[in-house]
Amino acid sequence: MLGTDPEAGDEAWRARLGIVLQSWRDHGKWRVRELLGHLGRYYTPYGTPERARPYDTDELVSLVGLTDQADTPVARLSGGQRRRLDVAIGIVGKPDLLFLDEPTVGFDPQARQEFHDLVRRLSDREDTTILLTTHDLDEAEKLADRIVILSGGVIVADGSAVELAERVSGKAEVRYSRDGEFFTHSDEDATGYVRELFAAYGEAIGDLEVRRVRLEDVYLAMVREFESGQRTVAPSELTEVTA
Amino acid sequence: MNAGAVALRAGVHRGWIEFRQNMTNAQDVWSVVFFPVIALIVMYMLRGDKVPGTDFSLGSQSIPGILGMNLVLNGLLALAMALTMDREDGTLLRAKATPNGMIGYLTGKVISRAGTSVVGLLIPLVPAAFLFDSEQGMGVVMLPMMLLMAISGVFYPITALPEWLQWIAQGFPIYWLGLGLRSALLPVAMSAAEIGESWRHLETIGVLGAWAVIGLLLAPVVLLRMARRESGSSVAARRRKAMQRPM
Repeated sequence: MLGTDPEAGDEAWRARLGIVLQSWRDHGKWRVRELLGHLGRYYTPYGTPERARPYDTDELVSLVGLTDQADTPVARLSGGQRRRLDVAIGIVGKPDLLFLDEPTVGFDPQARQEFHDLVRRLSDREDTTILLTTHDLDEAEKLADRIVILSGGVIVADGSAVELAERVSGKAEVRYSRDGEFFTHSDEDATGYVRELFAAYGEAIGDLEVRRVRLEDVYLAMVREFESGQRTVAPSELTEVTA
Repeated sequence: MNAGAVALRAGVHRGWIEFRQNMTNAQDVWSVVFFPVIALIVMYMLRGDKVPGTDFSLGSQSIPGILGMNLVLNGLLALAMALTMDREDGTLLRAKATPNGMIGYLTGKVISRAGTSVVGLLIPLVPAAFLFDSEQGMGVVMLPMMLLMAISGVFYPITALPEWLQWIAQGFPIYWLGLGLRSALLPVAMSAAEIGESWRHLETIGVLGAWAVIGLLLAPVVLLRMARRESGSSVAARRRKAMQRPM
């Protein structure tokens, strides 16, 4: 990881990592701004001219949307606010690599949406690689440039959401109604099929819906494939990528 | 600036914040004042006797011992409890995940606990100055609190105990803390009630110094060991266990 065996990593190496676990409960008595300011101090010596460490506390508080809670004791934050604070702590040292371990588990749709926006803001903003684990495949599809599927401790798939979908099946599902009767059709060229459909029936076509293969289908197909023994080795070695 | 020095300064900052939290949280304040308040009440109610062979009130004689015991309660027991809690809620893991975080954590804990212990000393000392003057006598005070505290000469001159018990007591820091505080607060004549009829300053410094050195040497080792085994999953497992435990 970052060119170093984690077992042998020193403090300078640690300063380049940010870790956000599923549910931190630490520092409940501390106030949000106070805690971020304190933890930021440790990173000062590891700043470089290109990457000044740590984050400015107020900037960080507003980045994760906790400005109104800046002086609230951590124990009094809601679940979603707490998780956003954990992300702030994770990135206070401007890490090269940030781990997010199932960050949206137990979130309501709104909190989940806010969190996704935050992750997108982060990935746009700094030169930081984000490694996010999740069981929510929609989330992975929405957020990730590259998706790695683990099954039974082995990597069974590795690629972008589109690449993975192509690997399993190039087909998309087209649903429509014609004169009140419903049809479902799978086609590799869904756009072409729909064009022909309109050319042939015109106004008679209704309720049109084109459904691409979702990551969830890819996942299920890959895991099934893997478990049936068709694929017993990882499809590709993980290679070093730069964000 | 050197990263270790930065962490040390962050630790001082941390110590101050934690100390402030200890002093502004009702539960923490209660745990600091609880014992001295009880001890003061008991001593006040049992006033009567003098230290055998002297004209000095037993109440005044026992104040320094109670201070010593309070120091142990706030400095050691409360510290152990705080460590357990920090391990359970992931504070220790957080320190491990922060560069040089363990240096800051340890420095902060030593400072905040030392500050809290000083407050724990002042609480019984100030009212005691008003409650007991040397004219008033006090009864025999022997709270069956803890065996070690009982034999450490906290409430009664240790010379009244069998010699083998005196030897055991002298192996622990409570006796020496009490002795040191008595020598600082009581008239010279009161040393007559001590072992060897002396305050034994050199021995006090030696024994307490040794305990402090051992403690400070062991603390980082023990903490690092505790932290090495910390991981997100171990904290999660402990939390699950804690939630199953009936409150």
